[in-house]
Amino acid sequence: MIHSLFLVNSSGDIFLEKHWKSVVSRSVCDYFFEAQERASEPENVPPVIPTPHHYLISVLRHRIYFVAVIQSEVPPLFVIEFLHRVVDTFQDYFGVCTEAAIKDNVVVVYELLEEMLDNGFPLATESNILKELIKPPTILRTVVNTITGSTNVGEQLPTGQLSVVPWRRTGVKYTNNEAYFDVVEEIDAIIDKSGSTITAEIQGVIDACVKLTGMPDLTLSFMNPRLLDDVSFHPCVRFKRWEAERILSFIPPDGNFRLLSYHVSSQNLVAIPVYVKHNITFREGSSQGRFELTLGPKQTMGKAVESVLVNSQLPRGVLNVNLNPSQGTYTFDPVTKLLSWDLGKINPQKLPSLKGSMSLQAGACKPDENPTINIQFKIQQMAISGLKVNRLDMYGEKYKPFKGIKYMTKAGKFQVRT
Amino acid sequence: MDVGFSLRGGAAGAVGMVRGMADSLQFSIRPELTLEERVLTNSEGSAEEMPTIGNDDLKEMLESNKESLKLEAMKRIVGLMSRGRNASDLFPAVVKNVANKNIELKKLVYVYLVRYAEEQQDLALLSISTFQRGLKDPNQLIRASALRVLSSIRVPIIVPIMMLAIKEAAADLSPYVRKTAAHAIQKLYSLDPEQKDHLIEVIEKLLKDKSTLVAGSVVMAFEEVCPDRIDLIHKNYRKLCHLLVDVEEWGQVVIINMLTRYARTQFLSPWREDAQFDENSEKTFYDSDEEKEQADSRPYVMDPDHRLLLRNTKPLLQSRNTAVVMAVSQLYWHLAPKHEVNVVTKSLVRLLRSHREVQYIVLQNIATMSIQRKGMFEPFLKSFFVRSTDATHIKTLKLEILTNLANEANISTILREFQTYVKSQDKAFAAATIQAIGRCATNIDEVTDTCLNGLVLLLSNRNETVVAESVVVIKKLLQTQPSQHSDIIKHMAKLLDSITVPMARASILWLIGEYCERVPKIAPDVLRKTAKTFTAEEDIVKLQILNLAAKLYLTNSKQTKLLTQYILNLGKYDQNYDIRDRTRFVRQLIVPNEKSGALSKYAKRILLASKPAPVLESTFKDRDRFQLGTLSHTLNTKASGYLELSDWPKVAPDQSVRNVEVFEPVKEWAPSVGKAKPAKSDKFYSDSEEEEEEEEASGSSSSAEDSSSSEEESGSEDDESKSDEGSDKSSTQSESDEKQQVLRKTAGRGLQDSYSEDEKTAIRPKPKTRGTQFQPKASSSSGSSSCSQSSSEADSDSDSDGSAGLEQKQISKPKAEVKVKKEVSLLDLDDFNPVSASVPKASILSPSLLSDLEGLSLSGVSAAIEVSSPVFVPHMSHELLHRMSGKGLAACYHFPRQPCIYDPRMVSVQLTFTNCGEQPVQDLRVGEASPPALSLHRFAAVERLEPDSSITVSMGIDFNDSTQAASFQLCTKEDQFSVSVQPAVGELFMPVTMTEQDFHKEQGKLTGMNESSTTVTVASESTSAQIITRKVVCVANMGVVPSSQTNVHRFAAKTASSEALVLATVELKEASAARLLVNTEETVIGSMLLRDLKTALSQG
Repeated sequence: MIHSLFLVNSSGDIFLEKHWKSVVSRSVCDYFFEAQERASEPENVPPVIPTPHHYLISVLRHRIYFVAVIQSEVPPLFVIEFLHRVVDTFQDYFGVCTEAAIKDNVVVVYELLEEMLDNGFPLATESNILKELIKPPTILRTVVNTITGSTNVGEQLPTGQLSVVPWRRTGVKYTNNEAYFDVVEEIDAIIDKSGSTITAEIQGVIDACVKLTGMPDLTLSFMNPRLLDDVSFHPCVRFKRWEAERILSFIPPDGNFRLLSYHVSSQNLVAIPVYVKHNITFREGSSQGRFELTLGPKQTMGKAVESVLVNSQLPRGVLNVNLNPSQGTYTFDPVTKLLSWDLGKINPQKLPSLKGSMSLQAGACKPDENPTINIQFKIQQMAISGLKVNRLDMYGEKYKPFKGIKYMTKAGKFQVRT
Repeated sequence: MDVGFSLRGGAAGAVGMVRGMADSLQFSIRPELTLEERVLTNSEGSAEEMPTIGNDDLKEMLESNKESLKLEAMKRIVGLMSRGRNASDLFPAVVKNVANKNIELKKLVYVYLVRYAEEQQDLALLSISTFQRGLKDPNQLIRASALRVLSSIRVPIIVPIMMLAIKEAAADLSPYVRKTAAHAIQKLYSLDPEQKDHLIEVIEKLLKDKSTLVAGSVVMAFEEVCPDRIDLIHKNYRKLCHLLVDVEEWGQVVIINMLTRYARTQFLSPWREDAQFDENSEKTFYDSDEEKEQADSRPYVMDPDHRLLLRNTKPLLQSRNTAVVMAVSQLYWHLAPKHEVNVVTKSLVRLLRSHREVQYIVLQNIATMSIQRKGMFEPFLKSFFVRSTDATHIKTLKLEILTNLANEANISTILREFQTYVKSQDKAFAAATIQAIGRCATNIDEVTDTCLNGLVLLLSNRNETVVAESVVVIKKLLQTQPSQHSDIIKHMAKLLDSITVPMARASILWLIGEYCERVPKIAPDVLRKTAKTFTAEEDIVKLQILNLAAKLYLTNSKQTKLLTQYILNLGKYDQNYDIRDRTRFVRQLIVPNEKSGALSKYAKRILLASKPAPVLESTFKDRDRFQLGTLSHTLNTKASGYLELSDWPKVAPDQSVRNVEVFEPVKEWAPSVGKAKPAKSDKFYSDSEEEEEEEEASGSSSSAEDSSSSEEESGSEDDESKSDEGSDKSSTQSESDEKQQVLRKTAGRGLQDSYSEDEKTAIRPKPKTRGTQFQPKASSSSGSSSCSQSSSEADSDSDSDGSAGLEQKQISKPKAEVKVKKEVSLLDLDDFNPVSASVPKASILSPSLLSDLEGLSLSGVSAAIEVSSPVFVPHMSHELLHRMSGKGLAACYHFPRQPCIYDPRMVSVQLTFTNCGEQPVQDLRVGEASPPALSLHRFAAVERLEPDSSITVSMGIDFNDSTQAASFQLCTKEDQFSVSVQPAVGELFMPVTMTEQDFHKEQGKLTGMNESSTTVTVASESTSAQIITRKVVCVANMGVVPSSQTNVHRFAAKTASSEALVLATVELKEASAARLLVNTEETVIGSMLLRDLKTALSQG
């Protein structure tokens, strides 16, 4: 399936290559570079590129292209999904997935890639199994290794791969047993210029951090499971239980993992927690434009809207801006024309605003379109859909674990058209 | 670190140690750095010799006794390999360490071996004995890893050894080793294809394996080695279906893809009749419950194995792995009965939240699906709206899907979106949007004129791409029906005075030239004007002026002879040689003289040849020849190794081949715990296992019955189905010729096509073939246009003949409100103002739609109160005609809350007809309305509705702002039924958006008589803003007005017919009391709304 993998950085250098079958010359990447040149933005490089003898399937993450070379028919999503899994694994191991981190840990990277694919077919992609095979590099461990002469590679062969719960490693032991669940919801919305919602939906995930000894069997139930319109599970969740009782029953992997992602149907009305008042005008023939933006909270159920960040790609004709924020700071990049305003928390008594003028290129005509405004924000301790976890129970082990649940609402792709 | 290189012997050990520490502490002092530095200092050419210098050093380290030194050396070698440097000269030194005890060192040596063994075959043989020893190790994982490396060394000499090892490993007790053996099969096959026969034996054996670990890998091997040996699957089919849920995710993808192909060869097509399925079938999409009862007589019964596959793959739609979800989706698309395919929709839409690359592939597949089946994705229309942050190829794909999904009901929403896109800063995307508008215009007759007018406005855009694209699209639209649009050409001629973009000027001139006979008065005048400015024009415009002159000279030489000569003279002395050339050519061609040969006789035929109308169609139209989700589908060319999906068999293949040994059927394909499987791979989730077993048991008993009775039944059943096919065939043949082309496919396939085609024709006229793409289907569309014309009050016939009609129209629209007034003034072509909207031809379209496209003009004038899209559309439908009283024809209606595209005063109503009877219903249409004054827009007559199929049509009714039922006759060929549509008061509104200030202002005007209020006790749990809003918009189609107070909620709407404002306020008081306030001129409506709201709010 996957013949070779090339990692290409943003300046177009191949800094790592790995082959699982016969070696494919790195000149095959020339086709990729050609496509890269044609694309105006890094994101515009097509994910699938045919070449005379091979097909290149690439993903772009953290400004690194992961280019897989394949030779014959294979579902493209199969390769794409695998490449993303590789990136996730790197991130898990090294904390960040950057060119420097990969180069520094090239041996671990090679060992990982060797275990993840056999003859181009995925072998072990579960992080729990991989961690048993190859220990993640930490400073402490490397110091210990050099002194004692032990190695990064697990002496024990992975048992998880053989068990029926391949996602959980065996022999887990903790002194403090704890299980944390984060319910994080993101609102995707498009708001039109009159302030009415064109489309809005809620995407949620439950991320878990479970550090429990032994083989615990957990069940998690919701107050209002009917809210969940469409769900996708970690393989550990028993689907039948969910179908029948709407209860999540599972043996968790050890450590961090994503238990569930869900979608709250757009049929239900989505509460929009902020509103934006804007007045952005360009006048024909004048080299000045007015810019006014005010944000305010709406339907937040009394919670504060925090970490608000407003981004807007201004038209090309804008030379510079002269704005006055009532709170926070703003930056404007005259090259990319990106305006971003970091305003922190919204105070309902004194609404934050950003007002001032834009100077336009002299003689240029007025831009066709007003810029769209992208908003990011966070609301702690609230799931905007109203989803509530009812209880978490543990079976199979004797001790009493510490349990915690946190709710958060964030803006996903939240756009306001002006 | 250069010092490190000069040190030798014992000291090297210490340095290596230090280096190891530095490395592990993640400092950047690394040996590789020095290499890189050297590369930097040396020239490119000498990089080749570089490794050899460093490699001596490495060789020494590898040969030392210190394990840590060896390890360090190997790590550096891996570093070299990762950067693509050649390290093959170290092979002898490395291979010695193959038997080392240190696991990490050993692994790195393996990595090295696999990479370089192919180049150093003789030396590689030295390592073989180590692996052979490893194959006998008591530890299963060492056995597996030995086999893995042994099979990865691509040395042809060891093929027999590999073959032996694979055979042995395939019989290993450990499933993990057997899995490795399955992987090794593919490796050996690629090394030596002659081993195929032996390998197939191994595959056959491994396919029988009951471990979930092995299943994925062996199916992968099967796909690579012998995908055509479908007979190997028979006995394992049921087992694979049952194991599927527990197989690891990558294996699932491979198995699902293989089973898709398998099922297409082994089962009958479920697409013939959408009827009768077993207990697990999903809620059907079109069919109502009653239908199912009647369907018992149908001959098609789905093979239980077919059903088993569908049932067992469905839970995998919930997988977190996008590839699995896609695989299941394509399985349903290719295998499931038509109405069940819808279960995949939600999951596919969910994938759109994933990474950019995933979106790209999923959108491509949705695009293909949405061409054939709009209904699947229509409810999720808004998920395909474009965000400004999307990558360009994502945007274009979304646009493609939106265009595919466009129909009469949602076109206004889509066009409003397009209006935003057209203004996008991404001009390539804006251009694609214009093309999309063009496609919508050809597909939906009702909006053709609106789109055309909107596009004409875009001609005044500053951006050349936009203008060029609009001109091209207008040109295409005009080419399809030039006769009706002479006024647009006239209008464009007017535009010529103000437009400066050369590309647009040139295009307009081409159009006038092409259709100069349709505008005989204007064309010469245009030529006169351009002749004056000829010298100041751009080259591209000059060429078109020459063209125009030539064409006019040929058609109207009396008026234009002198002008043409003048222009030709100007061209003769132009600075640009292209223009001089063209002038010379044109002169020779059109002006007859003694020298001009035979060619000038044909001048007219050369210049005025009828140009074929360009085809506007989806680029995804023919992609369905590839299996969805495949690489070939993405690339739209056959990728190497693509396996064709076969057509359904005509006659059901023997289903007993899948039966396993009779005496222990349960054991064979329902592995029971601990018995048939190695202890380690016991099912962990015993609860699910039990359930599964129960299912299996029931399944097995039913299938056993089937198989026992199948012998007697199968013969008769086959006959029956054949005869049925025959009769159906004949009926379809009678329909039209086009279907005969379809029928060359298998009968089942053909029937499916005809089914879906019927569905489509009813929704919109379907283009017959490429050539005649734009000829609307005679019967249906003419019907619709004629009745729409009759129903629209504006006299659309009279104004088509010029300005006289236009004046008349000005008079005939006295009841228009603000918007229409604006239009009226704009209608005056003499006072033409290029920036704002103009309507050269009265259209049957609503002003609201027109105003949608007016926005295209970029004038940026927005009214404070504008009609917005509905906040919420309830899915409740009401019965119009029961199947008993309708003699098999059932009908229900619901309010889609979309602005009616036929007339703004009408409320659009969607009717769904279902034929529950035995006979096809023919010629279904609306007859007389019972108060004859009732104005309603009839839907296009439905020619034929097959039994058990249903169809959705939309019509518009002007309720005249009352809740009085609209009654009319529903006619079929034989019968007439009188039916009535009863609107709730809330459906008579169009939601509007306004600011809070405007709301107060309007409310202030509507006090006293026009205000009605009441208090209501709101159910305690529903005092939140969200729930109140939901309740209100559920009852009435109102827009939400942003409110600054949290306890006051405001809603606004207009009545559809008289456009009176309706304002509603819900003010929450303490103790769950609330004050309800409705302000409107229409007091009757107001009090009815008040009553409805009160009931809704007081309910829990």
